[in-house]
Amino acid sequence: MNKEELKLRLEELSPPASFEEGAEWTTAIVDPAGWEGFARHLRSDAGLEFDYLFCVTAVDWRTYMTMVYHLTSTIHRHIMVVKVKLDRDRPEIPTVSHIWRTAEFHEREAFDLFGVVFSEHPDLRRLFMTDEWKGWPLRKDYEDPVNMIKL
Amino acid sequence: MIQEVGTTEQGELVINLGPQHPSTHGVLHLVITLSGETIKKVEPHLGYIHRSIEKMCESLSYRQFIYVTSRMDYLSSHINNHGCALCVEKGMQIEVPARAKVIRVLMDELTRLASHQLWWGAMAMDVGALTPFFHAFREREAINDIMEETCGARLTMNYMVPGGVMADLHPDFPKKVKEFIRFFRTKIDEYDELVTGNVIFKSRMEGIGYLSAESAVSFGCTGPTARGSGVSCDIRKLYPYEVYGQLQFEEVTATGGDCFARYMVRMQEMRQSLSIIEQLIDNIPEGEFQAKTKAVLKLPKGEFYSRVETARGEFGVYIISEGGTTPYRIKFRSPGFSNLSALDHMARGYKIGDLVAIMGTLDLVIPDIDR
Repeated sequence: MNKEELKLRLEELSPPASFEEGAEWTTAIVDPAGWEGFARHLRSDAGLEFDYLFCVTAVDWRTYMTMVYHLTSTIHRHIMVVKVKLDRDRPEIPTVSHIWRTAEFHEREAFDLFGVVFSEHPDLRRLFMTDEWKGWPLRKDYEDPVNMIKL
Repeated sequence: MIQEVGTTEQGELVINLGPQHPSTHGVLHLVITLSGETIKKVEPHLGYIHRSIEKMCESLSYRQFIYVTSRMDYLSSHINNHGCALCVEKGMQIEVPARAKVIRVLMDELTRLASHQLWWGAMAMDVGALTPFFHAFREREAINDIMEETCGARLTMNYMVPGGVMADLHPDFPKKVKEFIRFFRTKIDEYDELVTGNVIFKSRMEGIGYLSAESAVSFGCTGPTARGSGVSCDIRKLYPYEVYGQLQFEEVTATGGDCFARYMVRMQEMRQSLSIIEQLIDNIPEGEFQAKTKAVLKLPKGEFYSRVETARGEFGVYIISEGGTTPYRIKFRSPGFSNLSALDHMARGYKIGDLVAIMGTLDLVIPDIDR
């Protein structure tokens, strides 16, 4: 499927997603509440079958945060991006680690560095930082007078 | 919380492997739960070499940040630099001269060879054969010498820059590479004679650490780890960059899914890399080695993603730009991180001695995982 066909196909899904224009790949924007259901469709619907989640990351936009998921299909070879906008003070989103196993590690990373809470995650703990670490290092307002070297 | 070491209520034994253990190749810390000698659970504890490279890059310019990426997967430093340079070029729409494209691919393949050589030696050592390590390092030394002449470095190359490569090839480069290929063609057969057919080695490898194709995809495995399970995932073939689309080479896959399949994939990949280098070494186009670029690079507002195939799998660079001279956010999708996430799944049910063999065939580089 090319970019336009993929977009038309994705518009049929529920809950409905909005789309971002001008990006390299089809970019869908969904609500945190609808993300888990949307992800299930992406993974198993015929013609979509996005079985390979190759990049998961969070972005801190100072007033809000987004989770960004890059997906591809080993069957159809099409690529898409899903963005989920989160409240910066209480960033909470359902986990997709039961749909794509790789998300388990990547979500722990996002939790560790951005403080995004993944509800129903099987093992949500710090990954790189020590358990006693305070704060979320990759957030834009993070300050650490001891460990941070300003370049 | 690191689990207390000792015996659990169910009579299972909890032990630590690493962070200072020769077979974890760096500072990987595994907490293993055992029932007798059988592995019940493997839990990686990361962060011993976490330098927050992504945060560092947010305050570095688009020329500077590439140097930091050599320090992630230090065995694929050329290819890491390559991925970053491609991403900046995509954002700025820089056309790379033909000569630079060929030089880049040559360097990438030499890097892949050197990385697989080191893996071969280290993995044989992990399963108890010490001699291959010295053989592998002897051959790898020849590649390092070639690199040193052109790049001025042996490990952290920093040779690829946005727009091309840092400097032109050393005049002796084609001659030395041809000499190396002749030399290594005989050695790679020796590798097979020494290790591949060995009965003891085979019994340590065959049927160990099984990973199904479905699991490999679900865990986001890439590179030889996934190709050993029959998943086609070579970025060089699927999304060709630079001159890969015009070259004759095969994507090596195996169907076994066990340690031996992953081993064979890497051995075949070395031969493919040799063939790629042979196709290019006499056909390096003349001309500029670097496109003319501005002294200060500014990426337009937007998001850019580039994918390259390192020796360990797919390396992704995701840059979010606000239009300034530094990235707003940068994410490195490192192959080792996803491959490691499958370790627990692969090791369960096997004996503790097999764990070292499984880790060996994952070809983990810890700075690549921790970033």
